[in-house]
Amino acid sequence: MSFELLEKFRDPALCRKILDKMESELDRELRFMEVCGTHTVAIFQSGLRSLLPEKIVHLSGPGCPVCVTHESEVNAFLDLAGHENVILATFGDLMRVPGDKGRNLKKAVADGARVKVVYSPFDTLKLAKENPGDLVVFIGVGFETTAPTIAATMKMAREQGIDNLRILCFHKTVPTALDALLSDEAINIDGFILPGHVSAIIGVEPYEFIAENYAKSAVVTGFEPLDILQSLNQMIEWRNKGEAHVANNYTRIVGEHGNPKALEIMYEVFEPCDALWRGLGLIPGSGLEIRPEWESFDAKKQFGIEIKESPALPGCKCGDILKGVKQPDQCPLFGKACTPANPVGPCMVSTEGSCAAYYKYKLD
Amino acid sequence: MSDKVLLDYGSGGRASQRLISDLFLKYLGNDELDRLNDAAVLNLSGRIAMSTDSFTVDPIFFPGGDIGSLAVHGTVNDVAMMGAVPRYITCGYIIEEGLPMADLERIVQSMGEAARHAGVKVVTGDTKVVPKGACDKIFINTTGIGEIIADPTPSGDAARVGDAVLVSGTMGDHGLTVLGTREGLDFEAKVQSDSAALNHLLVKLVRELPEVHVLRDPTRGGLATTLNEITKSSNVCCELTETSIPVRPEVKGGCSILGLDPLYLANEGKFICILPGEYADKALEIMRADPLGQDACRIGTMTDANPGKVVLVTQLGGKRLLGMLEGEQLPRIC
Repeated sequence: MSFELLEKFRDPALCRKILDKMESELDRELRFMEVCGTHTVAIFQSGLRSLLPEKIVHLSGPGCPVCVTHESEVNAFLDLAGHENVILATFGDLMRVPGDKGRNLKKAVADGARVKVVYSPFDTLKLAKENPGDLVVFIGVGFETTAPTIAATMKMAREQGIDNLRILCFHKTVPTALDALLSDEAINIDGFILPGHVSAIIGVEPYEFIAENYAKSAVVTGFEPLDILQSLNQMIEWRNKGEAHVANNYTRIVGEHGNPKALEIMYEVFEPCDALWRGLGLIPGSGLEIRPEWESFDAKKQFGIEIKESPALPGCKCGDILKGVKQPDQCPLFGKACTPANPVGPCMVSTEGSCAAYYKYKLD
Repeated sequence: MSDKVLLDYGSGGRASQRLISDLFLKYLGNDELDRLNDAAVLNLSGRIAMSTDSFTVDPIFFPGGDIGSLAVHGTVNDVAMMGAVPRYITCGYIIEEGLPMADLERIVQSMGEAARHAGVKVVTGDTKVVPKGACDKIFINTTGIGEIIADPTPSGDAARVGDAVLVSGTMGDHGLTVLGTREGLDFEAKVQSDSAALNHLLVKLVRELPEVHVLRDPTRGGLATTLNEITKSSNVCCELTETSIPVRPEVKGGCSILGLDPLYLANEGKFICILPGEYADKALEIMRADPLGQDACRIGTMTDANPGKVVLVTQLGGKRLLGMLEGEQLPRIC
């Protein structure tokens, strides 16, 4: 999309108009959660956070792929760093994620581990070809957005006879996590800003349960200020009428049925499994694992990796923050023991985490 | 000479002599360097500014420049940011065995041209060749020295409430170019490094304006990090207007694909100028009259609202912190 067109979604006068409308229509506090970390950052970066009516409580959910990567998964890839004949390939934002004993990939590189930051999973094909004597292990972290590309990479590797590529598959799926969240009675959310990138793959239908089963509204939303404001406004209007709906407000990117081809590739290679989420614990059916017919790519099987539940970090409120029960600055560790330079909990780990965004952008 | 740099060239013997006479003196030679004494004898007076920097950029050639010209520009600019006229520089080369001689020649030639253009003499230098793998192709250290003409001397702790914050041009060009070239990323519209010597423009500025509080080149860490350093040192608040900060559309586009923020990317041919508000228009006039300052603009004001912090007033009119970069910027998952 051209910048000229994108600029229209940032029009300050139009944004002000919607903000004023929202202000006049709000008769009580409403709590909205944006599921995706990119939305969290967009809301802060654009300055929307400081402009939203006070009656709107803005919550950040479990949609930051780095945040929800379980500590046991982090320790698993850190254990592989420095393993003889292993080159770890990863997206850049996992480089600083802390594991146990203060470990992270940046320190592993300094200790001699071979770690390559890639911009696309397809880069691992070249890496594997160039290093035939080594195993290239790609850290497969993320949601439905990244899983199809990794599946396509595995298919290409098989077609090209590349046998030294492995995938450490920690993928998770968004709708199952939202279902788990909504079934928790402790949470209090009036509506969801649904992720744009994930929805481009899965479409809108997998979220219908939010309105049908829980009578809450949810809108698939783009990342520009007007996208976000329109979705919030829509949900306020529905709320005032006593209605709940699931809608697609990002039609320029997201089709009603998502991207069927991407979904087909994804489910050809992966199948649903139970998964551990950092801060949220075990959510049945919320992960993706490599199907038996593709197990020659499976790094977990090759290295006998087990992902286990571990005790919560003392004092850390990330679980409550990811569920929208607490705000980042209500955590006793926030900005003190836990900072972006020395993150304790998952929400401070990623640049897209809610605590990191609060710390980085919030003025007061 | 061999078509590749051999360890022999760093031996101090005949091969070293040949490298110095056939390459370094050919492109960098001047009356002082040609003497090949153990040290340079310089003619300087008054208050002196001195700066050193080491250049390890990867790749060594990139659109808009190379490590040779960058090593001159970086150091010349650091000296000039003190309101000084850079006069002399030194250069130390650490070369990896096996570097193609043609690459080395291209770098030294480019360095010579950059020095001539900046009006500085390379007066002493050093060459070491290290075994393959002991360094990455070539590292260059340069030290610059110049005479301070500004009074008072611009300094990072001298910003005051009411000062205007100006930049000489667009942000992020160099950082995105180097990252894009290193990773082989093909951006829709080509971006180019802004690497340039700013000393002639800066000399004009400090000669014509009586009071320039701060001059800084926003290199590594970019505009945001540099302004954070200044606000902390000066204990003032920098309030920036997002829409006033110049960023090329192609840089915005590349950054949005990679999940990077252009305000944290390195610049090598731009400077920040902070001075009393009443001189802002005159400073902009001087900057815009120079080819290196054509896109100069005022991006903000120093206030007493949040001392030590940089606050960004966004396009929508909202306010948020623009903090200091934590480590290097890393592309995100989605």
